[in-house]
Amino acid sequence: MKKRGRVFKFGDNVDTDVIIPARYLNTSDPKELAKHCMEDIDAEFAFKVKKDDIIVADKNFGCGSSREHAPISIKASGVSCVIASTFARIFYRNSFNIGLPILECEEAAKDIDAGDEIEVDFSSGEIFNLTKNKTYRAQPLPEFMQEIINKDGLINYISKDKDV
Amino acid sequence: MGMTMTQKILASHAGLNEVKPGQFIEANLDLVLGNDITTPVAVNEFNKMNFNEVFDKNKVAIVPDHFTPNKDIKAAQQCKCIREFAYDKKIKNYFEIGEMGIEHALIPEKGLVVPGDVVIGADSHTCTYGALGAFSTGIGSTDMAAGMATGKCWFKVPRALKFVLTGKLNKWVSGKDVILHIIGMIGVDGALYKSMEFVGDGLKNLSIDDRFTIANMAIEAGAKNGIFLVDDITLDYVKEHSTKEYKVFTPDDDAEYDAVYEIDLGSIRPTVSFPHLPDNTRTIDEVGYVKIHQVVIGSCTNGRISDLRAAAKILKGKKVDKTVRTIVFPATQRIYLQALREGLIETFIESGAVVSTPTCGPCLGGHMGILAEGERAVATTNRNFVGRMGHPKSEVYLASPEVAAASALTGKITNPEDLE
Ligand code: SF4
Repeated sequence: MKKRGRVFKFGDNVDTDVIIPARYLNTSDPKELAKHCMEDIDAEFAFKVKKDDIIVADKNFGCGSSREHAPISIKASGVSCVIASTFARIFYRNSFNIGLPILECEEAAKDIDAGDEIEVDFSSGEIFNLTKNKTYRAQPLPEFMQEIINKDGLINYISKDKDV
Repeated sequence: MGMTMTQKILASHAGLNEVKPGQFIEANLDLVLGNDITTPVAVNEFNKMNFNEVFDKNKVAIVPDHFTPNKDIKAAQQCKCIREFAYDKKIKNYFEIGEMGIEHALIPEKGLVVPGDVVIGADSHTCTYGALGAFSTGIGSTDMAAGMATGKCWFKVPRALKFVLTGKLNKWVSGKDVILHIIGMIGVDGALYKSMEFVGDGLKNLSIDDRFTIANMAIEAGAKNGIFLVDDITLDYVKEHSTKEYKVFTPDDDAEYDAVYEIDLGSIRPTVSFPHLPDNTRTIDEVGYVKIHQVVIGSCTNGRISDLRAAAKILKGKKVDKTVRTIVFPATQRIYLQALREGLIETFIESGAVVSTPTCGPCLGGHMGILAEGERAVATTNRNFVGRMGHPKSEVYLASPEVAAASALTGKITNPEDLE
């Protein structure tokens, strides 16, 4: 599976409170959440982001609460993938579980700039920067996680295992 | 190679003799938890699967605590959704507001977690129950849905950091200072994906409430879980609150740790986290002049009876500064009642503080104490991120109940020692 898009760049420790502030958590409607995605770190984000765009950030992306609303708001905003040096662990599993692919790659996180056009291949872990004509290598995803992404999340993944 | 406490618990719940860090396993769950923010999302996901029932009616707990008593219509809708789900699925441990509390104070109090358990909760501070020698960790709503359906959850077996605690805390220093000190030392991602294991001689000087506070904030160092060695203090608590069978796991002598930190509890000073990350810590001696507008005492970190006692001791017979709105919220109904019986509530009200029903309320900027632009709060809560307690340009300083109460009296961040 491959994704290609334009990059929004963020720094270290982007927490779930800035990804989707708690004042909007009285709903779980993805479209509503998408309207406020990244609002407290970049008030313009929700207006600027287009389908398939990619978020690139430094370390510990998604730290803070377990709110799945965070990856949901990112996914619903059209973002196709998040790349960071490291992710906070709950955000990491939540993203896979809802079918938002994410990759850890320090080299890519350091080198990629805002506005770069990049392409990500999840099975090989390869990230290609079309703007800079450079390739970075992340760990490929374990097979069962690729499978979860292919099924667009854990729920479909589990449902398929159950005899109906 | 030997295993850590966490690795042993995970192995036992995955039906394996041994696990290695990095290994993906599927573990059986002893409890699946959710609240009024995360459960509606989980219910939605649950309904998409072909499961009519939860895996075990006794092993699911749902606690409406974040925006309750319902703060607005949308919150009321969310609570309605989870209430109906709980009744429909005959979930035994659904706690309506009259018997509720903030989940991480309530769940141990109700005896739902014992040593050796594996617990997942759709709330990041689920790591609190590590205080009891259980493996417990925060997950998201989809994991909660899958956990409710199957009784299982996938995990990557974590590496570990070991914290050897020695000595004894000084007067006016408590569990909060210990964990803020540690987070300041290792950083908000210092324990990323890892478990933090707390052992050592000093444990005998740490109350169970102090341990809850410490384990509660393991997530603020990025940890998967925090876990304490089980001792008599743990078992006294467990026997008083639960009839569930428990199992004590101890780390092997040759268990592998990425780092070992020795911490003399006696060397820890009252500690404050400055905005906007919990690892931005300073000891009380380095704080300087910080004018504040609000004090919040409560939350799943510091809303237990010993926290209220500590705050009341400082406030007794005194008045809070006129410029400081002081809000106290006991973490559970039981704690509230106990505080009432001990006269603590009277002390708070006489000192000019307000006392709220148990709720997460101001801790996440929900309700009951939102900050305006430019305002500063000292809070005994666990997060001081941008906008956490209200306006994106407000500030939260994390501290112990002792420091928070002392600060309420003076209108600036204050060392309780200076009031003596
Ligand atoms: S008190 Fe605060 S940190 Fe604890 S569960 Fe509630 S919102 Fe979360």
